[in-house]
Amino acid sequence: MRLEPVADPGLVRRIGLPALALVLTALAGAGLAAIAGADPLATLGQIATGAAGSRFAILETLNRATPLIFTGLAVAVAFRARLWNIGAEAQLYAGALVTVLIGTGLAGGWALALPKPALLALMALAAVAAGALVLLGPVILKTRAGVDEVVTTLLLNFVVLLFISLLLEGPLKDPAGMGWPKSPPLDRAARLPRIVEGLRLHWGFGLALIAAVAVWVIQTRTTLGFEMRAVGRNAAAARFAGMPVNRVLVRTALLSGGLAALAGFSEVAGLKGNLTLDLSPGYGYTGIIVAMLALLHPLGVVVAAVFVAGVFVGADAMSRSAGVPTYIADLLLATALLFMVLALQLTRFRVVRG
Amino acid sequence: MSALAEILMQASFWAAAVRIASPLILATMGELICERAGVLNLGIEGIMVAGAFTGWFTVYLGFGLWTGVLVALLTGMAFGLLHGTLVVPFGLSQHVVGLGITLLATSAAYFAYRVALPEVTSPPRIVPFPPLPVPGLSRLPVLGEALFSQTALTYLAFASVLATSVVLFRTPLGLALRAVGENPAAVEAQGLPVIGLRMGAVVAGSGLMAVGGAFLTLSAFSSFFFEMVNGRGWICIALVVFGAWMPGKALVGALLFGAFDALQIRLQQAPLGREVPYQVFLMLPYILSILALVLMSRRAGVPAALMVPWRKGER
Amino acid sequence: MTAGAAEARDGPVLRLDGITKRFGPLLANDGISLALARGEVVALLGENGAGKTTLMNVLFGHYTPDAGTVEVMGRALPHGHPRAAIAAGVGMVHQHFTLADNLTVLDNILIGTVPLLAPRLGRAAARARVEALSRDFGLAVHPDARVGALSVGERQRVEILKALYRDARILILDEPTAVLTPQESEALFATLRRMVADGLSVIFISHKLAEVMAIADRIVVLRQGRVAGEVAARDTDRARLAAMMVGAAVPEARVAPREAGAVLMALEDVTAPAEGGRTGLRGVSLELRAGRITGIAGVSGNGQATLAALVGGLARPAAGRLLLDGRAAGADWSPRAALAAGVARIPEDRHGAGAVGDFTLTENAVLEAYRDPPFSRRGWMDWRRARAFAAGLIADYDVRCPGPEAPMRLLSGGNMQKLILGRALAARPRVILANQPVRGLDVGAIAYVQSRLVAARDGGAAVLLISEDLDEVMGLSDVIHVISAGRLSPAFPRGTMTPAELGLWMAGHGFGEEDADAA
Repeated sequence: MRLEPVADPGLVRRIGLPALALVLTALAGAGLAAIAGADPLATLGQIATGAAGSRFAILETLNRATPLIFTGLAVAVAFRARLWNIGAEAQLYAGALVTVLIGTGLAGGWALALPKPALLALMALAAVAAGALVLLGPVILKTRAGVDEVVTTLLLNFVVLLFISLLLEGPLKDPAGMGWPKSPPLDRAARLPRIVEGLRLHWGFGLALIAAVAVWVIQTRTTLGFEMRAVGRNAAAARFAGMPVNRVLVRTALLSGGLAALAGFSEVAGLKGNLTLDLSPGYGYTGIIVAMLALLHPLGVVVAAVFVAGVFVGADAMSRSAGVPTYIADLLLATALLFMVLALQLTRFRVVRG
Repeated sequence: MSALAEILMQASFWAAAVRIASPLILATMGELICERAGVLNLGIEGIMVAGAFTGWFTVYLGFGLWTGVLVALLTGMAFGLLHGTLVVPFGLSQHVVGLGITLLATSAAYFAYRVALPEVTSPPRIVPFPPLPVPGLSRLPVLGEALFSQTALTYLAFASVLATSVVLFRTPLGLALRAVGENPAAVEAQGLPVIGLRMGAVVAGSGLMAVGGAFLTLSAFSSFFFEMVNGRGWICIALVVFGAWMPGKALVGALLFGAFDALQIRLQQAPLGREVPYQVFLMLPYILSILALVLMSRRAGVPAALMVPWRKGER
Repeated sequence: MTAGAAEARDGPVLRLDGITKRFGPLLANDGISLALARGEVVALLGENGAGKTTLMNVLFGHYTPDAGTVEVMGRALPHGHPRAAIAAGVGMVHQHFTLADNLTVLDNILIGTVPLLAPRLGRAAARARVEALSRDFGLAVHPDARVGALSVGERQRVEILKALYRDARILILDEPTAVLTPQESEALFATLRRMVADGLSVIFISHKLAEVMAIADRIVVLRQGRVAGEVAARDTDRARLAAMMVGAAVPEARVAPREAGAVLMALEDVTAPAEGGRTGLRGVSLELRAGRITGIAGVSGNGQATLAALVGGLARPAAGRLLLDGRAAGADWSPRAALAAGVARIPEDRHGAGAVGDFTLTENAVLEAYRDPPFSRRGWMDWRRARAFAAGLIADYDVRCPGPEAPMRLLSGGNMQKLILGRALAARPRVILANQPVRGLDVGAIAYVQSRLVAARDGGAAVLLISEDLDEVMGLSDVIHVISAGRLSPAFPRGTMTPAELGLWMAGHGFGEEDADAA
């Protein structure tokens, strides 16, 4: 067998194949539930109701989607320029760390005296800077010394997490934390407000939506976005056309790292209120799935992040009642990812014999 | 300084270094075979987790240790088949598929563990491979304890280096594999199956990765717990670069890494080490891997067609 | 030569019958039949795109034909199995070599000759045989050399050795002289004559009339996928072959003599290192004058790529000066600086460097000028203006395409090149770098691109034309330099040199005593 390009894929191919990928994923989920000894259809139903069956469930899903929108955007921006940033996890924690340093007054009490909007803006910007800085190292190694960024960003995840662990057991440790490795809580002034009073959805979600639109505008309307897309599609042609390829990669890295760091800012200031080692259950890695499911489109990232968050939240709820392990969520997402990239390839190529 | 010298003189230190290196050696050979054939296999981390689980679970169910190794091998080959199918004939992004396979294999192992053992709180133990002293050689000073009093799987790791080296550089199959990683069109022009060769390399390499993972549960720790692979797969990818895609050099890299890791564990317990937060020591292996990548980045040796998908009839 | 006698002795060693192959709407081979006798050289003559390479790929099992049969030594070959062709004694030397650079010569020859699952390669015996073959056929190359370190001519020898090592009785050479100097070509012909004397048969694919007449016993001319004629070499001449090949008269680019203007760009004793597989430059001096086409002739890989990189802004001189209007280009010489200085570039590799296949025509149209008004202001793109610009190029340069929003990869090579040409010329450049501007294009597109370049020259631009096709360089250029092993010959005004004289320069003669044997 071999692949032959399809010059103009029809609507059936473009919509039908990705839809088929999702159907196959659902079938795989049913199969997994059966393996775990639960009723397949009921399990899928429970995941769906757990994700979107009530106002509480929906808000929970949107809350969970918030960091995934940020990390998904971070990955989408980087992958679009063919910069393989697998280090969103580290950048997220860098953002969270800086948020805590400022928001608890550990970096100086003067910050807490600022008006609330200024304080929040300062925290967010500092987080962006920290995340950008974490990705700057690998990208400079890539552009200057030709070191593959996949492995360096992956390895940096472990380094940064250990560094956070070191701080949480040392200088950042909450004296009132009963010995647990966690930071002191943020000052009340440093917390992101709820979007609607009384509803458990904070302004981090709003910021994530704004970020998605901003990234979309940058990619489609600005010269920088044009450069980032050109470098990703054909770096040799971009260089020949006079684009500063390395500088574009560095700018992409700053944007990508900053976006991932906003996930950390939003989780700490909007939801958790302090920094622990389980702040992120792998949001940085899940961002890769989100970005791929969204075909790297910034607005698609929002949809994909809500979908992925729904699978997680729904699986949590289902697991409590049906007893199927929550790891079914990761399995389903991995399956969806692989089916989806295959479906996309088959919209562009058809399989022929010989 | 004298504390350091004292550690370096201990046979037990070198034995630990070899023990730590063993799973890395197996998985690094697996990755090296894949990359020599032109396929970057980022599924390595997850495949090691899956191998660690299935190998352990087989023994936990009452089968023999070698059956466990065989099941791990087959597990790895199955994931390799999936990875290979997606990236070789279908030509999907090796980055995306590799990370997807890592997520799939990891979560499949965790899911299966929870389904099989819903009630346990502490991980059940098995009886792992015992040390197997080589008659005569194990009595050599230092070297005897370091190299010849290890478990059977460590010997297997060393054998895998020899086998990889011989197959790659001395047999027609190895020549075809190297050629397919350099210039698939040259291989197709001779009527050899490019897709079959790459698939075979990915399947075989993935099998070795899984056996490397199984070393953790069947030889090193005797039970399966989450996060146990902990980035070892990514380190193996760095070791392949460090070894300039040569099995012997990669072995040296893995042993150096093992020695360094064994050293940091001992330094943690030294009087001076207790002053330093333990996380600093734990970070060192990852930082060392990054440094190795930087040092080796200018060297040649990377297969010319690595990560380049190949489609029949294209030249 | 011996063709008639050989044919009388036994039947054809190879017979292609009614081969038809289509690629989508394109009929690449239309019922082609062809026979080859023992000890015979048949030339397959035709323009680019006539279907020569497709036919040979069918014969060699790379493509499965839609109709027709292939017989070797009287036995039918199964389609789509390169192994079957090799086993039947067919060897092929592709236009683009299929060698693995990081492997040795010996390993490259051995690939596929030993059963995959055999325990050993048997290198010692193989080395002895390779050495014997090199000796017998005059193919000097060291078996343990890394292929990546060999010259192009040596690599071709490795390819021929590969075929001979497999006991090939029929050797197919696809455009073998495209990468050789005239002198290397002569050596190749000597090897081929030895092989024919030894009873082998050769199919020689080419579009060069002179060498076809020199080497072939019989000539089969292909045009638009069909056999346009078949003739014995002794019964024909170049003019008749040319007529068969093109069918109708080719519109030549008109180049009237013209007074050259000021020097717009110059290289002064420039040296540049070899980088990324390119040959470097040694002490190159060159003047590009307004209203003049300066042609660079030479065999591929002799420093053309580095020269193009220097002029196009991708490389800087290590020594010597690059002058623009008499002022030396600074350390900031880059593609962007080149564009700003009015240098337009038509790259050699239009798919790799000239265009982004996944981008639309609009995006490709502004790939170079996107930073400047009217296409963007203060970092914000104005896509409406960009689209209008692209639509203008499509109309002005006759780019056949679904529209400005279609992806570039859907375009044929000729239409892609027209858009790149339009993009380059729209900036009203003072200097135009045209690197292999018509390679791989069909006849109509070639004439069109060439006439546009001449028009730009008539409009006062300085054109640097780099081409491996000597006919093209001689037909278009006002002055010609020859490049060889990184050195540049003096400028030869139009009509002062014969092809043979230029060929000597291409082979490295004339550059001075100390370098005479370097090439």
